[in-house]
Amino acid sequence: MIVISGTENAVILSVQDLNIKFTLRGQVLHAIRGVSLDVYQGESLAIVGESGSGKSVFVKSFMGLLDGNGFIDGGHILYNNMDLTQNRSNKDWLKIRGKEIAMVLQDPMTSLNPLKNIGSQILEAVELHRGLRGPAAYQAVLEVLRDVGIDEPERRYKQYPHEFSGGMRQRVVIAIAVACRPKILICDEPTTALDVTIQAQILELIKAMQKKYALTTIYITHDLGVVANVADRIAVMYAGDIIEVGSCDEVFYDPRHPYTWALLSSLPQLGVKGKALYAIQGTPPNLFHEVRGDAFAPRNPQALRIDFLERPPFFQVSPTHKARTWLLDPRAPKVEPPEHIRILREEGVNRFGN
Amino acid sequence: MTKYILKRVLRSLVTMFIIITILFSLLRLMPIEGYFESFDKMNEVQIQVKLNSLGLTDPLPKQLVRFYKQILSGDLGVSNVYRRDVSINTIIAEKIPISLELGLTALAIALALGLPLGILMARSTRTRFRIGDKLGTVFIVIIQAVPAAVYHILIQFAGSQTFLKLPMLFDPGDPKSYILPIFSLSIGNIAYYAMWLRRYMVDEANKDYIRLARAKGVPEGRISRSHVFRNAMVPLIQYIPNSILFTLMGSLYVESLYSVPGMGGLLVTAIKRQDNTLVQALVLIYAVVSILGLLFGDILMGLVDPRISFAKKEGGR
Repeated sequence: MIVISGTENAVILSVQDLNIKFTLRGQVLHAIRGVSLDVYQGESLAIVGESGSGKSVFVKSFMGLLDGNGFIDGGHILYNNMDLTQNRSNKDWLKIRGKEIAMVLQDPMTSLNPLKNIGSQILEAVELHRGLRGPAAYQAVLEVLRDVGIDEPERRYKQYPHEFSGGMRQRVVIAIAVACRPKILICDEPTTALDVTIQAQILELIKAMQKKYALTTIYITHDLGVVANVADRIAVMYAGDIIEVGSCDEVFYDPRHPYTWALLSSLPQLGVKGKALYAIQGTPPNLFHEVRGDAFAPRNPQALRIDFLERPPFFQVSPTHKARTWLLDPRAPKVEPPEHIRILREEGVNRFGN
Repeated sequence: MTKYILKRVLRSLVTMFIIITILFSLLRLMPIEGYFESFDKMNEVQIQVKLNSLGLTDPLPKQLVRFYKQILSGDLGVSNVYRRDVSINTIIAEKIPISLELGLTALAIALALGLPLGILMARSTRTRFRIGDKLGTVFIVIIQAVPAAVYHILIQFAGSQTFLKLPMLFDPGDPKSYILPIFSLSIGNIAYYAMWLRRYMVDEANKDYIRLARAKGVPEGRISRSHVFRNAMVPLIQYIPNSILFTLMGSLYVESLYSVPGMGGLLVTAIKRQDNTLVQALVLIYAVVSILGLLFGDILMGLVDPRISFAKKEGGR
């Protein structure tokens, strides 16, 4: 695995202190609570976290795709000398969507228009973003179909989504994304809805596309197997905040935040035969209420008193690795990570991916 | 595709055959008064002579075969009571054009106003205050909730008794007198098409493929037109042939309110006056219209939705 140490590459997208809120039945939900993150040119970043941690909302805000009741309440998303949080109208966003940032959605069975043949759906992207028309546009569609490994593109062009299997449809969705020639490709759980045997193929395809078109890819997933397979860097999200960022090896083998410990300990691969699998106690905090201190503290049996009072800042572990936990404060008592994590650290073996 | 249509047409013909047989048999059970204009004044012999001349004393199978032949030759028979000895074909030929003219105009207006209203309402659901959607809903709820009889009378009153001074009753020679009946005929359908199109468009707009279209940078107007509207029309388009064909039959209430001499009240009158052959002919027409409406609806749906495959599955892997 290639580990790209963050500082060497140029920052392509920089999120600074981003806050996103939703109004829901008269209440305000604070979905993203002051998140900062740099995405580097050409890297492959995985954002992991449980359902409802805000990972999808976070990346949707890069494309102005928040639902109608969601809004950005402070912070910046800097891309290409623009602050995307200043985009108001759909017209502003049209300069970003597809052209700069493209997306692959989770469920290929529903993400294609069932009444249009797949060629015309790719053609739409080609025409919108590459200014090609007529035969040139048609050739471009055939080319991208070949790119994503679809045989007989001339015949396939005219077929409708229902004539494709799930894996093939996801290839079409990827074709649409790369046909836009974006700089950043966001893959929102690209393999969750797929058969296990197809998952690996799709991940390989995304990696190949990343290489061929020099894409920066952001994966959103809660499948740590996927993460180990594809990611250079990992950002761990919990309750609307990124609590630990590091290279793939750093987060897997030297995690520092108690939530990351708990998350990794929950991996079934680490289970011991005859013993119950580890599960995190409690539930995530209700984001309708203000979160005090470390959001994970109430579920953390080893939480310090300050975890309940004050939100921890980021502590740098290495140039590429930082975590938001008071445990890294020089004044903090020494808290040993759970057994599973120590095993991981000592063995240093890759027990995850393929 | 052709094979499928042929199959459907064939099946429709079988259905028609069954309907004709049942209809014929049922009407033979009706009192024989329905074949006479003034049954009470006639004596036994006169009645027998008349029944003989109509062929009603023949054995039933013979009558049935004669009926099939008659229908195949396009002859619906002769009215006995409603307009004595006048061919039903003639009666209908006078009435259908009037109903058709009013009905088709009203339907065209309903589509021309109802569909844009539905689109506006659906698009308005994505705005902050949803004003368009709310206003449209008020209109639809009123039209759906108030009995048609009430608003038709209101329309007639408001159109003729206020400053508008439009003719209150229909007069084939006066174009201005067409306005109120057409308005009455179209208003319910405007609400109907707006309601269903809005509903289907909102359904479609929340689907993943619309999200993907937005994510690939398709402008909102184009998403609305070429993705949402087109897909939302699929379930609606099935009913359009039916709507068109049923304008042939006119509207009972609107036509009697404006005294339009159309098809609207004909069946009710025929039943009330026991004009057996006329009832027979009209029920037949209703059946044909319904069957054709469904047939064309299905064919149209197959043309716009590629998922409906008429041919043998090719199997896309």
